[in-house]
Amino acid sequence: MRKISLSARQSISGFLLSMPSVILLLALYVIPMICLFLLAFTDYEMGNVVIKWIGLTNFNQVLRDPVFKRSLLNTLIYVALVVPISILGGLFIALLVHARTKTRSFYEVIYFLPVTSTLIAMATVWQFLLHPKLGPINSILKLVGIPAQNFLGDPTLMIATLAAIGVWQLIGFNMILFLTGLSSIPKEIYEAAAIDGVTNSIDKFLKITLPMLGPTTLFVLVTSSITGFKVFDTVAVLTQGRNQSEVLLYDIYLEGFTYAKMGYASVLTLIFLLIIVGLSSWQALHMDKKVHYV
Amino acid sequence: MSFQQSLNINSLVKSFGDVQVLNKVSLDVHPGEFISLVGPSGCGKSTLLRVIAGLEKQDSGSVSIGGSSVDELMPKERDVAMVFQNYALYPHMTVQQNISLPLEMTRLSWLQRLFLVGNFFTNTKQIKGDILKDVLKICKSLQLENLLHRKPAELSGGQRQRVALARAMIRNPTVFLMDEPLSNLDAKLRIHLRNELVELHKRLKATFVYVTHDQSEAMTMSDRIAVMDSGNILQIGTPNDLYTKPNSLKVAQFIGTPQINLFELIETQNGIYFWGNATTPINLHNKLATALALRPEHLVIETHRLSECDIHSSADIVRIEDHGSELLIHLTIDGFTNKIFVSRIPCSSQHVAFKQGDRIDAGFKLETALFFDSQGFLLD
Repeated sequence: MRKISLSARQSISGFLLSMPSVILLLALYVIPMICLFLLAFTDYEMGNVVIKWIGLTNFNQVLRDPVFKRSLLNTLIYVALVVPISILGGLFIALLVHARTKTRSFYEVIYFLPVTSTLIAMATVWQFLLHPKLGPINSILKLVGIPAQNFLGDPTLMIATLAAIGVWQLIGFNMILFLTGLSSIPKEIYEAAAIDGVTNSIDKFLKITLPMLGPTTLFVLVTSSITGFKVFDTVAVLTQGRNQSEVLLYDIYLEGFTYAKMGYASVLTLIFLLIIVGLSSWQALHMDKKVHYV
Repeated sequence: MSFQQSLNINSLVKSFGDVQVLNKVSLDVHPGEFISLVGPSGCGKSTLLRVIAGLEKQDSGSVSIGGSSVDELMPKERDVAMVFQNYALYPHMTVQQNISLPLEMTRLSWLQRLFLVGNFFTNTKQIKGDILKDVLKICKSLQLENLLHRKPAELSGGQRQRVALARAMIRNPTVFLMDEPLSNLDAKLRIHLRNELVELHKRLKATFVYVTHDQSEAMTMSDRIAVMDSGNILQIGTPNDLYTKPNSLKVAQFIGTPQINLFELIETQNGIYFWGNATTPINLHNKLATALALRPEHLVIETHRLSECDIHSSADIVRIEDHGSELLIHLTIDGFTNKIFVSRIPCSSQHVAFKQGDRIDAGFKLETALFFDSQGFLLD
């Protein structure tokens, strides 16, 4: 038998050991991305037998597409509403819940429920709540003298309404993350601070709590932004893109699956991925320097 | 700025739920004294320190600093500084920021501390300059000048300890409270920092209350030691007092390494006891003792010293520990089955070459023996 050197044997076993994850990575991420990239340059439609290479035609078309522009704008507005409100709200609720001792788990469950519920099912509830004529929200508005609003029909209100539902869905998750962050701040730090004269709550929050929550906040920011950009189900169920309420993912879904224009949808998906990767890596790189890790 | 304040603790009681952690503890610390609180874990020493600091509220009793009660004062108003076991440095701040925080909190108003807004006050800059000057001075005295812009995570254990000390010193507190400040360091650094702390105490002349479970730390550093057990102070005294005249068995056993040798005594007639197979009786003149304790250096086995001993018994050498400067001889003594005793002899007297398994004589002078009654209290 031919002798194999130790280093060769080590590289073979290293290679074999890394195979499972390499195969998974290739099959789940790399190959689909390459396919997506290639499809973007074709006129492929679902069911087509012949695929034609059409170069940048799809890209040109996207830039002149009013629906795409609208969906991009809608998504940006949605993210701009959902991300800050769900982060600040989540932090605020976490601070309140953290201060509870006996009722803490009760509030945790209450606020976390929306995260666990399926939105498709909850959409029916929202539809009822927001119904222009029958909905209790409009009844309350009427009581205080505000005329009934068509929350899911009025183009000026639709994105804000969807964002409100988005916040409802996300705030509990962010709260749990902030609670974990709060619990990981050692008690001695606050005791040392009490002796050093950091006594009122605002000082404590600004000097200790907020900076110590840095890593948590960064994580919450990145995940909330991604979740925000990925908004789809509320639109698909509640508005179906009516009255110009399309968002990025809904536009991709329309082009790719309703109109079967896979090539075109691939371009939209590429743009979507670019935004997500760009934003989260910018946040991570930019904020990482400012954030303190213990 | 007044250093040298006394600290008086008057029958403090503190319970957590059903557990009474402090049981009417009273303690008077003289101005400028270095006092250690020692005891096994759970004896209440840390709780006592935290009550003094104001981090825990006592159920009853009072704490006064410099003669006036601080019971109603918040921690920052008590003019105390505390060094925590794990240092409790602010991890997100640099060394300089850590040390200057106490000064910023006292010297700057709330608005002056606010980001940007503070710059509108004309004297903010000057106060900040003064603070920096003070911080640099402290840092220089503790050799921290080169670490000012590092974060605690980038420091070694000893350096963190110094930063914690600097943060405690910066406000010139009258009382320093230290909660096992050296226990997270390696042995060599610990010994080194012991000396630094003693030097620091001499220099600052402030009152130090030092909590430790390590009796040798307490013995080497303190002016006086308070030995605590299950919420009570058993004895307060100088290290020498505690070593030579412990008032109870618990103190005798807690203080000193190796532990004090303990022999059970059984009365044969009124006040007459025999030690091992010794032929000479011990006459305690009608006093009732149940135990006799001997420090290892008082359990004599060298032939030339045995003649001075009042009581003798035969013994066997089980093991010899050579510490270089001294030998610790582990013995069994006839009449005390299944018990190992330790005799300490200096190495200079090693003209007797003891070997494991040797059959020898062991004895002691009566004046060196401590006798305890059935409650564990010292007999005079």
